[in-house]
Amino acid sequence: MNLSKRSGALIAAGLAGTMVLSACGGDDNKKNGNTATPASGGEFSIYVGEPENPLVPGNTTESEGSQVVDALWTGLVQYKDDGSIDYSGVADSIKSDDQTTWTVTLKDGWTFHDGTPVDAQSFVDAWNYTALSTNAQGASYFFANVEGYDQLQAETDDAGNVTKPPAAEQMSGLKVVDDKTFEVTLSKPFAQYPVTVGYTAFYPLPKAFFTDPEAAGKKPIGNGPYKADEDFVPGQGFKVSRYEDYAGDNKGHADTVEFRVYTDLNTAYTDIQGGNLDVDNQIPPDAITSVKDEFGDRYGERPSSSFTYMGFPLYDPRYADKRVRQAFSMAIDRKAITDAIFSGSRTPAYSVISPVVNGSRDDACKYCQVDVKKANQLLDEAGFDRNQPVELWFNAGAGHDAWVEAVGNQLRENLGVEFTLQGNLDFSEYLPKGDEKGYTGPFRLGWSMDYPSPQNYLEPLYSTKAQPPAGSNSAFYSNPQFDDLVSQGNQATSDEEAIKLYQEAEDVLLEDMPVMPMFFGLEQSVWSDKVDNVVVDIFGRVDIAGVTVVNP
Amino acid sequence: MGRYVARRLLLTIPVLIGASFLIFAMVYALPGDPIRALAGDRPLAPAVVAQLRAQFNLDDPLVIQYGKYVAGLTHLDLGTDFHQRPVLEIITDRLPVTVKLTVVAVLLEASIGLVAGVFAGIRRNGYFDNLVLVSTTLIISIPILVLAFVSQYVLGLKFGWFPIAGIQQGWYSYLLPGLVLASGSLAYVARLTRTSIAENMNADYVRTAKAKGLPRRTIIVRHTLRNSLIPVITFIGADVGALLGGAIVTEAVFNIPGIGRAVFDAVRGQEGAVVVGIVTLMVFFFIFFNLIVDVLYAVLDPRIRYD
Repeated sequence: MNLSKRSGALIAAGLAGTMVLSACGGDDNKKNGNTATPASGGEFSIYVGEPENPLVPGNTTESEGSQVVDALWTGLVQYKDDGSIDYSGVADSIKSDDQTTWTVTLKDGWTFHDGTPVDAQSFVDAWNYTALSTNAQGASYFFANVEGYDQLQAETDDAGNVTKPPAAEQMSGLKVVDDKTFEVTLSKPFAQYPVTVGYTAFYPLPKAFFTDPEAAGKKPIGNGPYKADEDFVPGQGFKVSRYEDYAGDNKGHADTVEFRVYTDLNTAYTDIQGGNLDVDNQIPPDAITSVKDEFGDRYGERPSSSFTYMGFPLYDPRYADKRVRQAFSMAIDRKAITDAIFSGSRTPAYSVISPVVNGSRDDACKYCQVDVKKANQLLDEAGFDRNQPVELWFNAGAGHDAWVEAVGNQLRENLGVEFTLQGNLDFSEYLPKGDEKGYTGPFRLGWSMDYPSPQNYLEPLYSTKAQPPAGSNSAFYSNPQFDDLVSQGNQATSDEEAIKLYQEAEDVLLEDMPVMPMFFGLEQSVWSDKVDNVVVDIFGRVDIAGVTVVNP
Repeated sequence: MGRYVARRLLLTIPVLIGASFLIFAMVYALPGDPIRALAGDRPLAPAVVAQLRAQFNLDDPLVIQYGKYVAGLTHLDLGTDFHQRPVLEIITDRLPVTVKLTVVAVLLEASIGLVAGVFAGIRRNGYFDNLVLVSTTLIISIPILVLAFVSQYVLGLKFGWFPIAGIQQGWYSYLLPGLVLASGSLAYVARLTRTSIAENMNADYVRTAKAKGLPRRTIIVRHTLRNSLIPVITFIGADVGALLGGAIVTEAVFNIPGIGRAVFDAVRGQEGAVVVGIVTLMVFFFIFFNLIVDVLYAVLDPRIRYD
């Protein structure tokens, strides 16, 4: 989820207009004189939006906080650029014979910033803390597949009031074997498990955290390439310095890094144009068209994990026939919208699985290619009433107006149906509306991945058990065949087999078309001539440790 | 005088209680579910939602919620936001920044505005008067958002005279945002002073002073200016109260972590405790600075007595 990006976009939209000015600033395209050997030392500053929560890994599920947390922690595994896992983190191995009981073996030599060792207990304690409902950690549901998770959840009545405190404080599925080994027992087989544990929610916590979680939320104690020397100041940020005893391979290059909080994307962009900021990975909408020319070789882009779709309210009889949904999808020219509205800063989606994930296909969706004739034919066969306007839903103030309207215009032009825009609800009203089956037409929603597995783009969004309020299946889609294929994929013993099954599940899904894939995001970043090697990872985070300072 | 001030201060108590309840009720009436919005695309675990709702009394009726809030106030607990940050801490973090910005803005507004107003008023319809008239009209007619962006772009980015954003460079960082923030009021102060001075220049007591042969300088500084200041002080005083409430646009453009942004975010997130805590403080500031203005009247004009 991307709450911060959302509010950033809102501010950007609100302050737009005059911003055309700042888009034409900046003049120096100096080649920096950096050579092949990465330099060590120096200091650089990086943009960060206000983190939503204290800097506790188990409570950091949004992009801004995880950019900071990621520099301060290293998880069990890390991810390569193609989305596959790399045992360059704390784990030496994660193995299982039955895909249910996983044995995690840790490497020697890893320490927290306070000098205490990173051992099996520090993972088990952290995971139990995050899972326990009374700690109100946002990432609690990540442990829902561990045996005994339910005992850590307070009982609630239908009205959502707590009726009984949690029955246990430790998940029975987590067992410390020795200092360097622990066992995770899942409630059912899940072959993708090792792929998930590199996520922020799975980072370890030192003993010191539990004595004062509040203080540790401001000045985190992690095990990553950088350590916090001071409290994080909301609205301003903080400086972190290289952790010299870091046990991983990706040691930090710069001596210190300043995370500088900006409330407005435009301001950060102006600041980097003026050379007062070194790295910025949030380009304001007004600058998208000019950023490439302006920053030249100090500009980088890569596909992001974000996925935007328009779902259908399957509970509405009007959209119950899959031919209607297929017809709508075929009437939309995605490429035209990404070019015209987003100036190429998004790519059209012909799949529900992001291209950053291994197993994504760029031609998975056969109903995503424009075919006006066939679309009309399908619509006629389904007996769709074209006289009644189609209501298009999106949340207000987040910059969705233009493209949803473009979708409406294409539906009108290609299918001859009028449309109305339902875009007045704020996120806090929009989401509950969907949970209550309140959408009366196609609705916009998005998704950012938690870990690079096709499963993360399928099960949480379309499986029967992910229907609201438990999950994000806002279309209320339910197909046993899909559920079954995903579950088979979860139990597959090899990656190839799993991917094949997930792709079959995706085929079933795209035939039923409960959602129309719209776009995938693009991560854009710019940097000053003071720094080099700015690389953005598959989560859209700048790899802080890899950034080098030119002539430190 | 002392009794008057004490009475006025006592009167603020019911005003603050009423105001805080009203604000509380308004946040309560906002549609939508703040906890659901907290979670984003992916819902929180149901037990976590229940935990948060219970923790923030979100399932209680309005009066009970307000009662619990006031009960917390009695031992200086202003509550926390949904991310467990104490409201008191938010205020102590943000307020100093807003105070600095206000001080810079008011100093600029008072000094430039008064000087321009006085010189324009003395020589009415002269070259300088017309210059002030035209420039203030121009400033007043430009929206502050435009002014902020243009000045940031031209003075900050192009000429590099001022920091572009942030508060890393101490008071210097506040200069440009302070000027932008003060610009509108500055124009008003100049106009107000000019009119007031021009009027007083024709007053009987000035003619008397002239007849007595007092030097022009003395007449203006001792007599005219002092009398002309009353409406200007009223305006500036009220402005201080308003500026301390934070400046959402200026703070956002110049990336200044003041109280305005905190309130803006809190309203959007339906953070009842934060909104009430900060806005009630704003109300208090407003009342307090109006009181100071009233007291200053008596100092400036001996005819005004409060006892």
